[in-house]
Amino acid sequence: MNKILLIIQREYLSRVKKKSFLVTTFLVPFLFIAMYALIFYVALNNQEPITTVYVVDQSGFISDELKDTEHLLFLQTNESVEALKTKMERGETSSLLLVIPKNVATSQTVELYDTEKKGIGTINTLKTKLNDILKAKALTDAGIDVTLLNGIKADVSIKSKELTVDGEKDSNVGTAIGISFGLSILIYISLFLYGNQVMRGIIEEKSNRIIEVIISSVKPFQLMMGKIIGVGLVGVTQFVLWIILSVSLMAATSAVIAGSNPQMQSIAAYQEQSTADAVGENTEERQSKIDSIVEQIKAIDYPYVLSCFLIYFIGGYLLYSALFAMVGSAVDSETETQQFMLPIIMPLLFTYMLSFSVLINNPHGSLAFWLSMVPFTSPIGMLVRIPFGVPLWQLLLSIFLLVVGFLLTTYVAARVYRVGILMYGKKASYKELFKWFKYKG
Amino acid sequence: MFMLSINNIVKQYAAHRALDDVSMHIERGTIFGLLGPNGAGKTSLIRIVTQITAPDSGHILFNGVALQPEHITKIGYLPEERGLYKKMQIGEQLLYLAQLKGLSKEEAKKRIKHWFEKMEMQSWWNKKVEDLSKGMQQKVQFVATVLHQPELLILDEPFSGFDPVNAEIIKKEILELHSNGTTIIFSTHRMESVEELCDNIVLINKSRKILDGAVADIKNSYRENKYKITYAGSTLIDQNEALFSVEKRHNGAYNTTLHIKVMEGKTINHVLSYLLPRVEIQHVEEVVPTIHEIFIKEVTSINAN
Repeated sequence: MNKILLIIQREYLSRVKKKSFLVTTFLVPFLFIAMYALIFYVALNNQEPITTVYVVDQSGFISDELKDTEHLLFLQTNESVEALKTKMERGETSSLLLVIPKNVATSQTVELYDTEKKGIGTINTLKTKLNDILKAKALTDAGIDVTLLNGIKADVSIKSKELTVDGEKDSNVGTAIGISFGLSILIYISLFLYGNQVMRGIIEEKSNRIIEVIISSVKPFQLMMGKIIGVGLVGVTQFVLWIILSVSLMAATSAVIAGSNPQMQSIAAYQEQSTADAVGENTEERQSKIDSIVEQIKAIDYPYVLSCFLIYFIGGYLLYSALFAMVGSAVDSETETQQFMLPIIMPLLFTYMLSFSVLINNPHGSLAFWLSMVPFTSPIGMLVRIPFGVPLWQLLLSIFLLVVGFLLTTYVAARVYRVGILMYGKKASYKELFKWFKYKG
Repeated sequence: MFMLSINNIVKQYAAHRALDDVSMHIERGTIFGLLGPNGAGKTSLIRIVTQITAPDSGHILFNGVALQPEHITKIGYLPEERGLYKKMQIGEQLLYLAQLKGLSKEEAKKRIKHWFEKMEMQSWWNKKVEDLSKGMQQKVQFVATVLHQPELLILDEPFSGFDPVNAEIIKKEILELHSNGTTIIFSTHRMESVEELCDNIVLINKSRKILDGAVADIKNSYRENKYKITYAGSTLIDQNEALFSVEKRHNGAYNTTLHIKVMEGKTINHVLSYLLPRVEIQHVEEVVPTIHEIFIKEVTSINAN
């Protein structure tokens, strides 16, 4: 037992002390923040300049209704279309030219001339405006009072409540989907990342030829488990550091934005206002929506979700890293791992792909149920279902099966491993691995 | 009581039988040669002794007790396939390996320092293995094998890959350990490298033991009554049907060398008394086969059958 601790210690320290570990651990949260900052920066600086739109209105009823927006300035003109076009071609103006034909009400078509491609935002704004004007005109023509009509517009909102043992709970499918996505990606990547590290470590020991020196001191099983646990702890350390760093960096960044730069804040607020206007949506309504999402995010049972993640990460990691260890022991170099990898990653990859469609659309269906029970797929299968609420008995059964699963794979892997690590220059096949598994002693 | 007693070991790998009813007994404090061509089963046997694998049948006694996991700390093993963690520092690495053998950290540190001084590698503690030359790495490897002061030291092809200078250093260290009472097993297919060192040998070929005993006894049993005689001048000595046959003759500038085989029932003294009145003898030496020759002879005769 003492020896396993020594091995764990070496495997852990030799990785944690590496420069690459420090770099990834500290860089990733910074990258997240940088990405966040970049998005913010781009959003702030990508303000469209105010564009003048020359309007040649042949129908005569549109241009009066066209109200200026924050970046569109409508200018009615009597100049001929041809003259304006030549002007634009010569580059004398960077404006737009909107030509509204006489029969616009029936043709539902206008022409827009520009010297450079305009963003989809400008086109959409124009489209919305014109639609509104034409609709209002049509309604008025039909004798319907537009103000009255707007007044009786209905807006039903569905507040979905989840019935649980704890009583009613606000539930929001959107938030659940978001968390499912996050968990699915996170566990998929981390299982591979750390499983792969175990495999590479074993191949390294084999190609260094230190393996026989070590296993004349410890049992191969001790070495394998020591490595798996050591690397697993590296993973846990990295997660914890990422969470701490991200949270504190986020907090620091928002403090900086909120505190020292009121100008930026006002720009952001102003921008929000203008987009809201463009969509034709009431700001308060929007605010209440944002509030409700924030509420939903706050309402998530973080300890529950995080502990489930941890359980399935550890269980899944132990199961898969044993298989990775088996592959590592069977080959002489990393390039030879290909043929063994595919069958191993298949179940996980399959579940990962499904998690974005079938599982999220029907988290309580029979496919989702079975994928969350089979140990090879449950780390993703169950985590995807967790945010939607899973009966306790299913959760416990799944965890129990996962434990059985990793005990079984570890047993099989260890038997292959103890023979594989001493085999050099032998092209291993599945048949060969099975033979190794059966070796006595 | 033997240090190591190997009894009727059988080890089967799928279709290949690596060891077939192999037995041998190694006395405490001796240097033992485990000899045989490549693939004979030497490494398979060592792996069973070091408990890396288990035999299909047969049993091993270590100091008279059935081999147990605790015995690992009393065995030092230098495998043929050997290496170190390339990115790890020498001191840290030796500390790790010694602790795996059951030494406490403090004790291990003390002994590493002692060996560093002895092998003149004091400045190596913080160096990484990949920064050392091959010869230096092998010194480190050797130190790692003996740090825990094993009672039994198993060296699989110990001199392969060593340059002559380092091989000599290592040989000296091995002999010193031997004089302090360590039992040593040399496993090799290069007989000449261990002949002078070994007290006893076992010859393995094709998974079976074919020869076993003290080097002196074995050599004695393979004596064929052959001698090499050098005398002054170039007087022609012909073979004598009653006394000896001449197998080889070499005429030098000032002397002649004869390789003779003494006839059964006669001794070298009979030959000499025949020669003395005829030539001036300068040198007489019995031609004893080397272990290498015995080995070749045995292996080829078995393989021929």
